[in-house]
Amino acid sequence: MDLAIDLASAAFLLAGSCFAVIGGIGLLRLPDFFSRLHGAGITDTAGAGLILFGLMLQAGLSLATLKLISILGFLYLTSPTSTHALAQSALTHGLKPWLGKREDEPSLR
Amino acid sequence: MLKVAITAVLITMGLALFRAALGPTLFDRILALNMFGTKTVLLIAVIGFLRGRPDFLDLALLYTLINFIGVIAVLRFLKFGHFADPEEPEE
Repeated sequence: MDLAIDLASAAFLLAGSCFAVIGGIGLLRLPDFFSRLHGAGITDTAGAGLILFGLMLQAGLSLATLKLISILGFLYLTSPTSTHALAQSALTHGLKPWLGKREDEPSLR
Repeated sequence: MLKVAITAVLITMGLALFRAALGPTLFDRILALNMFGTKTVLLIAVIGFLRGRPDFLDLALLYTLINFIGVIAVLRFLKFGHFADPEEPEE
């Protein structure tokens, strides 16, 4: 049973790490601000959630789990709010979403 | 596996710092710093588990609350567009 919990925790931590790095690469590489929001959103929800859930499995039923749950709750409350506020602010201050094509994009016709 | 998680979080923090340094607009920088804050919370939590000191979670909780204050600052930014004195009419 302990081994199963350890394996599940490792799997969650690994998945969370993958999501975090993928989101970081997206934040660096995506072409404009509104698409970069998407990369940041991945790390804030999937990455943080999976890593914290993996830690919860390791902590078992204890005060640490309660603290982890409250950390997760605060993260899930605040980070989508700030992302939304940022997008709204960028729109109202005249930042247009990028709708163009990449130069090396293959033509569909 | 905790070390893998720490490495991944550190790599992500580095990428976010790159975006904060490059970012053509102010909003890119704010976005990158917001993400950096979230990753700090994760890093502290995982390091606490690695060192076998779950009391580090209190520090992580504190950083989450600091992030919340950052959200309030961003909301203020949403309203006024700058952090300066809101008395001056913008539009």
